[in-house]
Amino acid sequence: MTAANKALLELSGVGKHFGGLAALSDVSLHIRRGEIYGLIGPNGAGKTTLFNVVTGLYQLDEGTFTFDGVAYAHCKPHVLAEVGIARTFQNIRLFANMSALENVMVGRHVRTRTGIWGALTRHAAARNEERAITQRARELLRYVGIERPHQTLAKHLSYGEQRRLEIARALATEPALLALDEPAAGMNATETESLKALLQTVRASGITVLLIEHDVKLIMGLCDRVAVLDYGKKIAEGVPEEVRRNPAVIAAYLGGEPASPSSSGEEVGVEE
Amino acid sequence: MRNVPDSLLHPGKRNAWLAFTALALVLLALPFATDALLGRGWVRIADFALLYIMLALGLNIVVGYAGLLDLGYVAFFAVGAYCYALLGSPQFGLHLPFWVVLPLGALLACVFGVLLGAPTLRLRGDYLAIVTLGFGEIIRIFLNNLNAPANITNGPQGISMIDPIRIGGFSLGSTHELLGFTFPSVHLHYYLFLCCTLLVVFVSLRLEDSRIGRAWMAIREDEVAAEAMGINTRNIKLLAFAMGATFGGAAGGLFAGFQGFVSPESFGLTESVMILCMVVLGGMGHIGGVVLGGVLLALLPEALRNGAGPVQQALFGKTLVDPESLRMLLFGLALIVVMLVRPAGLWPSVQRRRELIADDGVVQQEQDTVYDSSK
Repeated sequence: MTAANKALLELSGVGKHFGGLAALSDVSLHIRRGEIYGLIGPNGAGKTTLFNVVTGLYQLDEGTFTFDGVAYAHCKPHVLAEVGIARTFQNIRLFANMSALENVMVGRHVRTRTGIWGALTRHAAARNEERAITQRARELLRYVGIERPHQTLAKHLSYGEQRRLEIARALATEPALLALDEPAAGMNATETESLKALLQTVRASGITVLLIEHDVKLIMGLCDRVAVLDYGKKIAEGVPEEVRRNPAVIAAYLGGEPASPSSSGEEVGVEE
Repeated sequence: MRNVPDSLLHPGKRNAWLAFTALALVLLALPFATDALLGRGWVRIADFALLYIMLALGLNIVVGYAGLLDLGYVAFFAVGAYCYALLGSPQFGLHLPFWVVLPLGALLACVFGVLLGAPTLRLRGDYLAIVTLGFGEIIRIFLNNLNAPANITNGPQGISMIDPIRIGGFSLGSTHELLGFTFPSVHLHYYLFLCCTLLVVFVSLRLEDSRIGRAWMAIREDEVAAEAMGINTRNIKLLAFAMGATFGGAAGGLFAGFQGFVSPESFGLTESVMILCMVVLGGMGHIGGVVLGGVLLALLPEALRNGAGPVQQALFGKTLVDPESLRMLLFGLALIVVMLVRPAGLWPSVQRRRELIADDGVVQQEQDTVYDSSK
């Protein structure tokens, strides 16, 4: 745990408001290089908002956000993808009418350079790059375990395959941090098990994983550390066992305090 | 659907070459055959059909690939046409050569494409359609009114006596004798336009299957996800607008040189809608479909103009419906029918079809096995 102790992603005092609603307030956390970091909390706690801040879909209102030692405030999503943050979406957002292979190939966009001229002339460099893109995309499809013909349109894949295709597409951007928003949602036990194995392989390859999940078993079995959000505030952080016994967490989940369930829709994501 | 022909899944190289050669011969012989069978007027119509195909392919980049609904596309056509007209006519006494004016018109249209694209980057769907529609009208109204205080565009009268297209010393405006064949002006334009159309098809094909093409399609499918995957949506969308506009501008220059006359009337909203119809009717995002749409919609009105009158005369003894209104009526009807029966267009993209065939093939195999064993 020498190099691993260095923080890859660091949030301090992050706040995000939607009108009068504080979706996030004063959230500070740091994710170490090479760990699987879980983010849990009741619905509407601000998990997805935090995700959207980290991946540039939302701009934070307060606080700072550093990745790999560099501060990124008010950055566009594509810039953050370039520096190495890739994500999946809670409600699957694949390119439905493109093939599974093409979906992953799009993920390579940010690491490749061919422009109009290369596309038109198909000079040697462009051809090589295109070949490398295709090859890498095929590898990634196999890596996440999609067995179907790679020409199958994304919308015709099964639900579990779509979830995994999203991961493959994100991995294609060569991220340092892979942020997964409820990757196991709607999966059966077998699928969850294979997802768990996949995430362990991903971590073993040196990629840090940030994970939002409701499946407590998955979180407990997979994560090195867990943070709990409730009403936009971090109420606990630590190793899974510790967090599970934390009274504040139990109260948040079982409703120990007389708090009305949040009616806000921030979990909806980035629907416009 | 009993047995999918092998050639559909793995087109034999031999067959492909045969088809290719046959198509090339048909395209080469077309003006002479049309001239002999239908008359010279139809060669002229074929020329216009080629221009429309170029326009439809240009719009296909914006609408079909990048998914940006553009209802003012004809404005780029107008920009290219007027650029050619102003620099190659007695209007200003400028007679710049074709190979300067045409690229210049395309470039100017490209600039206008970016000018339109930049403020509309955040818009999508209906809102984008409204703004682009407005843009198209603005250009037309400008062309209509820029005759005072300084006369630039000659207003509604338009610009006439535009220089014919001249490549080197070879003018396409007059009849030439080559290799024992007589090539009238319309035939020469046909071959030039055919070359240009093939070039546009080539560019579209190459772009479609490239990093840029995939980025366009990703934006069409899901802009938020595309951006999260590292695509600079601003630049890629501007690129789509610019590419589409360039093709429109080039087609405009050819139009001006061919027609010898331009006026704002040719660049109305109906034209934009017409080009969009070609793309949608043929099969958005699929080059073959768009070409088919372009051919059909360019020929249909002419066929009606020439056919509807006489047919009505023969059936009812008089012309009940004016062919021009009949054309719009049939357009509407055709669009509704196509959207109901073939929502992806008459000839949708190969990939979707390939997938359908693959799926059906598997199902068919299973059914065959069942059938065989029960027999």
